[in-house]
Amino acid sequence: MIRRLRDSSLIPVSVVVAFIILIWYAGAVYLNSPVLIDRYERQKTEWNFEKLRQDAWAMERPILPAPHQILKDMNKSILQRKVTSKRSLVYHGWVTISSTLVGFGIGALLGIVLAVGIVYIPTLNRSVMPWIIASQTIPILAIAPMIIVGLGSIGLTGLFPKSIISAYLCFFPVTIGMVKGLRSPDPIHMDLMKTYCASDSHTFFKLRWPSSTPFLFASLKVSIAISLVGAIVGELPAGAQAGLGARLLTGSYYGQTIQIWSALICASILAAILVFLMIAIEKIVLKKMGGRLV
Amino acid sequence: MSAASTSAEANAVEAKNLDLVFQTRDSPIHALSEVNLEIRRGDFISFIGPSGCGKTTLLRVIADLEKPTGGSIVVNGVSPEQARLQRAYGYVFQSPALFPWRTVEGNLKLPLEIMGIDAAERTRRAKESLKMVNLEGFEKKFPWQLSGGMQQRVSIARALTFDPELLLMDEPFGALDEIVRDQLNEHFLRLWEKNRKTVVFVTHSIPEAAYLSTRIVVMSPRPGRIIECIDSDLPPDRTLDIRETPEFLDLSHRIREGLRAGHSYD
Repeated sequence: MIRRLRDSSLIPVSVVVAFIILIWYAGAVYLNSPVLIDRYERQKTEWNFEKLRQDAWAMERPILPAPHQILKDMNKSILQRKVTSKRSLVYHGWVTISSTLVGFGIGALLGIVLAVGIVYIPTLNRSVMPWIIASQTIPILAIAPMIIVGLGSIGLTGLFPKSIISAYLCFFPVTIGMVKGLRSPDPIHMDLMKTYCASDSHTFFKLRWPSSTPFLFASLKVSIAISLVGAIVGELPAGAQAGLGARLLTGSYYGQTIQIWSALICASILAAILVFLMIAIEKIVLKKMGGRLV
Repeated sequence: MSAASTSAEANAVEAKNLDLVFQTRDSPIHALSEVNLEIRRGDFISFIGPSGCGKTTLLRVIADLEKPTGGSIVVNGVSPEQARLQRAYGYVFQSPALFPWRTVEGNLKLPLEIMGIDAAERTRRAKESLKMVNLEGFEKKFPWQLSGGMQQRVSIARALTFDPELLLMDEPFGALDEIVRDQLNEHFLRLWEKNRKTVVFVTHSIPEAAYLSTRIVVMSPRPGRIIECIDSDLPPDRTLDIRETPEFLDLSHRIREGLRAGHSYD
């Protein structure tokens, strides 16, 4: 029992979390105090450090809210409200996650198709690769509003344009990983397929594709996280009505820092869930494939 | 088998004036030069020589994995490419070259799947060839769960599943320790006596070549060429004990002399 506790990551993780929370509380006092002290002096109220600390952790619009304020807000907006309510974080989270997943699906598929093209067609290898790399040097924050507005003008609104931004971000690691993965088979395995006179499709499905699986999952784990970022960025411009990005935006309009922070934490929890889900799928698949792949 | 006939039909491999030059960045490498060779059907023939003598290259030319730059070669009466298209040979590599994501059974079925053989027949043949290498009961194991010797046996079984007329083996036991190697040599000889397929076997071990082969081709490097062909008349039902006999030592001595004549010890 003690041994298991020692070997598990529980203790190190909770120590780090405790440390972060400690710094956070201290930071909340430090960052919020100038506003509070200024207010005390204008209202000529007596104050000491204890009062400052209590007020700093209970402001309505703090510079940095204390963790318990965020938790209280998350509790209110996740558990206390009906999930269909416009003020429920579950509702906004769902909006974001659905476009994340659609975008991830499109991006992963596009990434794989591009990688197959690059590996099999030498012309594509030389002509497309530079464009793929160039595509990622454009700041997504700059191009996102143009995609939203552009697609909106031809009647595409809602989930689809946001998914396109997700897909735009997340195809890249898949392409890079899969090009490497599809080229990873041992020369000896390629020779073996040649002695069997295997067709291109046999070589692809029986050798190249299975050899690339570890590379695929490494890429998908990165992709699904940035796909979420893409969806949130897609919700920022053009006054999106719903989604975590919209919550961030309205929060910053009205100085609702607590609302911003709870949307942020909600987003990072979602990202963690998505990545862990990917890791779980990876484990199952690799176990079926012999469980000793690196 | 019509042993008297000397036509291309009776020979498994026939090479005339075979030449192969690899173009590398600094200087061309003459891998094979003036190679003339006839391999009869049912022969167990070994290529022996130091590394760089072109023995693996010659095997790869027979398998159509390399193209000769001069001369002609016929495999099973046709060109190496046609022989490959007819799936006339099984190739065993220096490493087992098993797919790590397939079980032993899955690996054995791989060539059969590619050749479009139906599922029931695939299972039957996989079982049969696994029995040939004494690995029954290991069907569901993955390659990493097997020892190196067992993996190499699976790789031999894989080459036997589609019953090719010709077995090309590139130092198949080279990476194994001597104890396992001896064991596999003896086992493989028994297997060959049973099915009498033509085997072309690359090795750099004199005892292995002498023990297994009906004919030993001694090769020498720079440029890769054939020095001598030595016929062996060891009895067919030999065991490892034969290596203590004068006949065996004499054969080994002749191989060693051949290698020395080719300046292979330089």
